[in-house]
Amino acid sequence: MKSDNWLYEIKPKGKFIDLNLKEIWRYRDLLILFVKRDIVTVYKQTVLGPLWFLIQPLFTGVIFTLVFNKLGGINTYGVPSFLFNLSGITLWSYFKESLSTTSKTFLTNSSLFGKVYFPRVIAPASKVLSGLLKYVIQLGIFFVFYLFFLWNGEDLQLGPYWYLLPIPVFSVAMLGLGVGMILSSLTTKYRDLSILIDFGIQLLMYISAVMYSLQFASEELGEYAWVVTYNPLAQLIELYRNMLLDVGQDSLWQLLIAVVVSIATLFVGLVIFNRTEKTFIDTV
Amino acid sequence: MSEVILKVENINKQYRLGTVGTGTLSHDLNRFWHKIRGKEDPYLKVGTVNDRSKKASSDYVWALRDINFEVKRGEILGIIGKNGAGKSTLLKILSRVTAPTTGSIKTKGRIASLLEVGTGMHPELTGRENIYLNGAILGMTKAEIASKLEEIVDFSGCEMYIDTPVKRYSSGMRVRLGFAVAAFLEPDILVVDEVLAVGDAEFQKKAIGKMKDISNTTGRTVLFVSHNMGAIRDLCTRAIVIENGILRFDGSTNDSVSHYLSSNSHSEEDLASRTDRLGNQAIKLKKVRIVDTNERSIEAIGPFDPFSIVFEYERDTSIEIKKLLISIQIIDANQNIIAAFPSDEYCYDFNTNSNSFRLNIEMMNFRSSSYTINFLSFDTTTETLNYIDRIDNVFTFTVLNTKMHTEGRLARPGSGVLLKAKFSD
Repeated sequence: MKSDNWLYEIKPKGKFIDLNLKEIWRYRDLLILFVKRDIVTVYKQTVLGPLWFLIQPLFTGVIFTLVFNKLGGINTYGVPSFLFNLSGITLWSYFKESLSTTSKTFLTNSSLFGKVYFPRVIAPASKVLSGLLKYVIQLGIFFVFYLFFLWNGEDLQLGPYWYLLPIPVFSVAMLGLGVGMILSSLTTKYRDLSILIDFGIQLLMYISAVMYSLQFASEELGEYAWVVTYNPLAQLIELYRNMLLDVGQDSLWQLLIAVVVSIATLFVGLVIFNRTEKTFIDTV
Repeated sequence: MSEVILKVENINKQYRLGTVGTGTLSHDLNRFWHKIRGKEDPYLKVGTVNDRSKKASSDYVWALRDINFEVKRGEILGIIGKNGAGKSTLLKILSRVTAPTTGSIKTKGRIASLLEVGTGMHPELTGRENIYLNGAILGMTKAEIASKLEEIVDFSGCEMYIDTPVKRYSSGMRVRLGFAVAAFLEPDILVVDEVLAVGDAEFQKKAIGKMKDISNTTGRTVLFVSHNMGAIRDLCTRAIVIENGILRFDGSTNDSVSHYLSSNSHSEEDLASRTDRLGNQAIKLKKVRIVDTNERSIEAIGPFDPFSIVFEYERDTSIEIKKLLISIQIIDANQNIIAAFPSDEYCYDFNTNSNSFRLNIEMMNFRSSSYTINFLSFDTTTETLNYIDRIDNVFTFTVLNTKMHTEGRLARPGSGVLLKAKFSD
């Protein structure tokens, strides 16, 4: 009896890095269907439907402008403050959504994961992809306002590296996915973290250069500026805003560092996630 | 046909008892400390046998212990065991929902499970959208599903509702839709757990038929877990018995079923402590069991097999019994008396000094169902009924499915009797 050509083997713990890309490719249709499900079902039985994708960033932009620029007097270096805030909000909310949905992967899917096997990575990846679609819609509304301000005689221009715009967007996605997967793996056993996440995301926004530029932060914070400047997310948002509005820093070195950090985070996330997915159902 | 498609080697699965708390963190740290020094996990050495009724002696339990078996292509393997014996854990490992603690499983085919049908259906999506989603979750590609969509809809019998959100479906319709998707999966190994417990009779029949079809025509392998011994006997070509996480028996379906039934008897149940009884307790029923012709305790009988019911009791000699009459009643699930055995009708005088008696029954040709026994004893010297001991539901047993003729189908379960007869022109 020849018994050497086994298709696969179920073992306690796999190799240290076992990404199994072939299998993920086989389940690509599932990924697409999950994305479709997320997009289609979120606003079912709502009156405004997909308009909610636009209402959220617009209202946040208006409130931010009122509070941080009119009340707080944050300097936007000549750029209309509403547009300044809107650009930061679109990227920040993409990150926020990626992080908060992926960090709950195991908890929200436990009944599904408990019954059928498919590469678990599909679940968080689908969240990040559906988030990307929402982000693109929001970027569209940003450009609508961009053109509106331009038409009203504002002096606006794209940054020197505008063609690199996808890089900070994908980096933010990788960062959100990576951190989200690390947290989701840890929350299966220690629920303390799920409390920390919601609260942590809120605080993180204030040190991520969403409503101010890094330049302004270094000027105002002085010796405490490292709180913001050492945050890769703040760097990514700053560079992203520079590409759209030519405001703040435009260092390609900073971009490279932030991208490397994002890739490393994603890698660590994948490794931890892969180790957890095998037995999480016993502890969740 | 004789190629081994699935090989299970030394599978162990350890679970932690109790809740996850601060103790878990210290155990995790200890485990990590052993690991970085290159030592074995200290908690793998402890762990008690999985017997849920006993008190645990450590924080860890072995849900499965050294499970080894092989499955050949085209076999339908039945997996039998009591609740909590480890069947579902085994299926979870097989379907890769969780990993074993140690050991490995090698397979030459794709495994798909029907641990619960309709997994991942989204209530807001329509039936059609859910077929795609559910199919993809179970591992089909979009093209595969599209090519079978017609058949799936047809099999589910939900055509009218196919473009309605699933949240408007009845629970039965959801199950039908889920099973329909799963039935058209084409894995090499299909794992089925108790799906047949849901759905109406018509659909159950359809489902069993489909499973038989799958293995007969396409030579696919099925692993089937059920408590329904009739279905196991009907479907499976081989069966294994799992008890307290240990593989107890591996053999032909009939041998496995009778091994399971004989090991699974209630004979230990203590009737003496029951207080819901009538009478002066001059005798007190202590124990009831059913034995086959080899004196093995069993819980299920074939409708044409001889067996005996053994009654053991305590005699309180301080109370006088003038004339003892005992009646045994067999009750069906609807609380109807199907048969009664009053000792005077059967001309038996009890020896009041003995501690036991038997009722030998040549055959109990009932349709497959579960039946219970009531025990009644009277002193009959006066016209009135003077209970000595009356206790209901002393024992529950099952009458198994059978075929009336070797070629025929299995008798349908239900009420009524099976009579030996033949049709002719």
